Amino acid sequence: MITRRQFLIGGAASGVAAGAMTIERDPLVRLLRGRDSKALSANDGVLVLLTMYGGNDGLNTVVSYQDSAYQSGRGDLAFKPSEVIPIGGGLGLHGSLKELKGLWDHKQVAIVRGVGYPDPNRSHFRSMDIWQSASPQSAVSTGWLGRWLDKKGGDPLLAVSVGPTLPLALRGERTSGTAVPLGPFTVPGPPPLVQAFTDLQKPGHGLPPLGDLVAQSGANLLTASHTISSVVSGAKPANGNSLSAQLDLVSTLIKAKVPARIYSVSLPGFDTHTDEKATQARLLSELDAAVSGFFKGLAGDSHAGKVVLVAYSEFGRRVAANASGGTDHGTAGPVFVIGQSVKGGFLGDEPSLTALDPNGDLKSTVDFRSVYGAVSAHILGTDPEYKPLPGLF
Amino acid sequence: MDLPTSVRLLHRRAGFGATAAEVAAGVQAGYEGTVDRLLNFSAVDAGANAVTDPQLLAPEYPGKDADQAARKAFRQQQAKEGMALGSWWLQRMVASTNPVVEKLALFWHGHFATSLQKVNAAALMYRQNQIFRTLGSGDFHALTSAVAKDPAMLIWLDAAQDRKAHPNENFARELMELFTLGIGNYTEADVKDAARAFTGWAYDRQKVAFAFAARQHDDGNKTVLGRTGNFNGDDIIALLVEEPASARFIAAKMFSHFARPITPDDPIAADLAHGFSADLDCGRLLRSIFLHPEFRTDATRTGLVKTPIEYVVGVSRLLQLPIDQRTGMALRGLGQVPFDPPNVGGWPQNLYWLSTASSMVRLQFAEMAVRATKVALPKNRAAAAEFLGVDGWSDGTAAALDDMTNNPQGLMVLALTAPEYVLA
Repeated sequence: MITRRQFLIGGAASGVAAGAMTIERDPLVRLLRGRDSKALSANDGVLVLLTMYGGNDGLNTVVSYQDSAYQSGRGDLAFKPSEVIPIGGGLGLHGSLKELKGLWDHKQVAIVRGVGYPDPNRSHFRSMDIWQSASPQSAVSTGWLGRWLDKKGGDPLLAVSVGPTLPLALRGERTSGTAVPLGPFTVPGPPPLVQAFTDLQKPGHGLPPLGDLVAQSGANLLTASHTISSVVSGAKPANGNSLSAQLDLVSTLIKAKVPARIYSVSLPGFDTHTDEKATQARLLSELDAAVSGFFKGLAGDSHAGKVVLVAYSEFGRRVAANASGGTDHGTAGPVFVIGQSVKGGFLGDEPSLTALDPNGDLKSTVDFRSVYGAVSAHILGTDPEYKPLPGLF
Repeated sequence: MDLPTSVRLLHRRAGFGATAAEVAAGVQAGYEGTVDRLLNFSAVDAGANAVTDPQLLAPEYPGKDADQAARKAFRQQQAKEGMALGSWWLQRMVASTNPVVEKLALFWHGHFATSLQKVNAAALMYRQNQIFRTLGSGDFHALTSAVAKDPAMLIWLDAAQDRKAHPNENFARELMELFTLGIGNYTEADVKDAARAFTGWAYDRQKVAFAFAARQHDDGNKTVLGRTGNFNGDDIIALLVEEPASARFIAAKMFSHFARPITPDDPIAADLAHGFSADLDCGRLLRSIFLHPEFRTDATRTGLVKTPIEYVVGVSRLLQLPIDQRTGMALRGLGQVPFDPPNVGGWPQNLYWLSTASSMVRLQFAEMAVRATKVALPKNRAAAAEFLGVDGWSDGTAAALDDMTNNPQGLMVLALTAPEYVLA
């Protein structure tokens, strides 16, 4: 029988079968695969960024259920007081967030209320770019965490995004984060091919700028797979992209002390113009189970107390519901910051449901960049680009 | 730019790449002659038409009272049909003898990005796809109207849910932001009043067709882009597509996908919009793009990354491979599954396709493809460049390819993952 290797290489001498683990043991290939990244050290904080794509309805996530303006604005979409989980201050959590309520009771959840930015944009794409680039005034091509990567000097493994593509938040000018898919993560092929593939990934040898970036992502693959492939060597090809599976991978990588200080995961589907109740309940249940499961799974690990998860969306939704059982694009919304090192409780003022902007939307009370400032200073240990929101940690 | 290089570039962008024979024929015909030949939108596509249409049932959604088993059966049927649908389109692209039509359909799929995830009926996605194929090179107004009133879009952007009392802004906003004007060319007040004009638009599930619920339509005056009247949805579409901003936006977007990324305020967009605004003819716009002096430049030649669909289709055409589960796996791993764009914004370009994960999947796919092919492979890097229709290799790539001399399979895997081939 002709093996895959023999077929491909045309009989190059070697006694090993193809396969990631075998390749890993080959000293030549180990060398070619790039340098070892420095492992996560004991004092390093870890940020897990959870992006809720589509514009999560903040008013039905942290609910002002006692406010008559909420009940009248939302009509059929409004939750009755008995349907929410009271957390004080006249507010209640969406009924799906049961496990999060447990973490809240342990003072491990900070809810920053009314988070937004001046002159809010109601386009999903522009607003998401604003959040990820932290640049509301002008479009920039780097993300707020990508710029941190640039400052840290070139290790793509310092930031890992789960999935095939890399969000803007993790793109820097010179260094971008690593995209790690669910499932196996190896440089496929027998050693001579891997060696030649390695030779191919050298920016600056006469390629155009975009070609250099292709080569750079290949070089990053070699660096990253060197560290990650053995950690996930047993992984089966992924089926779907559930938030739980994404966070399981993050947990595995943290426990393996992969050097990443930043992880990015996502949950899409929050654009609830119609049939919002069922959709949001399904998504928030998924979030509740995945996030609580993630923190439970970390218990006992040396970094359990160092991990902080930040969950945000590009905007909240309009106070008044539309006539299709949904809500249209709005402005400010709550940001959840979760972890043992977080000072649990409310931060920021709850925006008024009656003193609205001319479009009928909430006026934000906290600039999202101040949340980034606090996270950068506390978790990433860096001089933040923005003045930190006090009281978060 | 020399003629063979221009011809190769044109074949890559108007289709899925050129064979050596096609380059030779193009050099013979000249550049404009090749543009004429490749942009014959009415030519019969014997290759693609030989692909059997997928067997799709009219969607019979489970009713409110349907039991678990009925719901499960519906989901399974739709999942099966969705796979058949994606496979059908990819096969058409691979078999196509007039690929510009499929390339334009792919462009419009990314522009009017609609997903099976929400529409939940492969038969309706198929129907929308046929609009892109039949109207994609014609009048932009007719195309936009047809897409807007087609069931897939009515479901996708909730137009079918618009009621007079509290209009749903979803369709009106995306129509302005993504389909016609582009961001910054309308106000929130325009969105609100346009949404009122679309009230009453509905979807008749029994007839699988657009319907108009007159009682749900808001008959009052609306003011959109400075004009006031008792507009309905058709009026709004007509008003938007005639806006100069729309012509610039569409011209810039088409140039961005077939040449290289530009913004609507780029002088190239103004050049192209000048002709496009006169007739709104999408096929003629594409022709103007390929004939624009900025097309045949190094900036354009090195300005695009192949989308995953272009990549796997290109490889499958060259190596004469069937579309199968492995193609689907690769596209999922690369982040571009047909009929499943990430959101209404469609797929971003260039950097979006470059990540560690995509480098890995391209290598996996290339390795699998080379193992599976029965095509005779080139034996050195010069022959590989000709085989792949790339313009040549950088010093770095050439050195790596030379490691694989006398190993055609290894050479081909490397060439397929080289930056020169990954660029479009």
